[in-house]
Amino acid sequence: MWLLGEVVELVDETPTVRTIVFDCPGWRAHLPGQHVDVRLTAEDGYQAQRSYSIANPPDGERVALTVERLADGEVSGYLTEELRVGDRIELRGPIGGYFVWHAGLGGPLLLIAGGSGVVPLMAMLRHRVAVGSDVPVRLLLSSRSWQQIIFREELERLGGQDGVQVLHTLTGSQPSSWHGYARRVDREMLAEVAWPVDEAGPVYVCGPTGLVEAVATALTQLGHDPARIKTERFGPTGGRP
Amino acid sequence: MTDDRHVDGNALGGMLEEVFGREMTAAVGTCSACGAVNAFGTAMAYTKAPGDVLRCPGCGIVLMVFVHRPDGYRITIGSIRCIEVVG
Repeated sequence: MWLLGEVVELVDETPTVRTIVFDCPGWRAHLPGQHVDVRLTAEDGYQAQRSYSIANPPDGERVALTVERLADGEVSGYLTEELRVGDRIELRGPIGGYFVWHAGLGGPLLLIAGGSGVVPLMAMLRHRVAVGSDVPVRLLLSSRSWQQIIFREELERLGGQDGVQVLHTLTGSQPSSWHGYARRVDREMLAEVAWPVDEAGPVYVCGPTGLVEAVATALTQLGHDPARIKTERFGPTGGRP
Repeated sequence: MTDDRHVDGNALGGMLEEVFGREMTAAVGTCSACGAVNAFGTAMAYTKAPGDVLRCPGCGIVLMVFVHRPDGYRITIGSIRCIEVVG
């Protein structure tokens, strides 16, 4: 069923990524990791529909989508450049029961993302904070550059909390003082970052298809149980299909 | 079998819910070709064709095809032998 969400806030996260907060009457509370379908209808009846991950933890009828503008994205371009506070668009959701984590599922939690793949994992992290969970969490985020790290300041704050570790790899360019990883996520990196196999809990991987395949394969080779590795691919371009 | 053109069945969750009337990404399907048992959310989804295609993550065979029509959907049943929904 399609609902009408009204834009109540816009937040620029990076030069190409914007968070859109909707007030959506009739919304049933979502779970961290779920997504929504967004449908735009032109005056001539032409419709375009895309899926976007929810960035905020469960919060009544509030829904926050963090959207990366793609070079040829007819929907992402509209959402990140044209949409204004007070506008209403059609939303369907929350969707998904598979790529979902809540504190009751326990940990330790391993979250691995490429680019805007961090969005559903951020909902999980924010939920952990909101409910006061002490589940240990490690997040490994692959971004092209320091400037393109989505939620960078919030991740720095979260990374300072008990039980939360945030690690970055910068695959394109690095600041001159950079001491972190500076390559694509690989098996050696995962061997350092992942929880020991005999202590490991649920793993969530979200990003471009290539990254997700590489991470899932490498973790399995390292002895992790494939059944505990949940993946969400969003296609070859780094953006939603 | 593995290419980078597909996304996860999870991406079709909204359409599946419209068709089946319930959350389906955690529902489990059995492939009649290879016997693999997987959640719909983990199937390989090809969404850039005129219809949406779900393929088996085990062997790549077509499980189901959903063609959008102005008045609804036309669903072709491929190599899906069994669907289990829980909850």
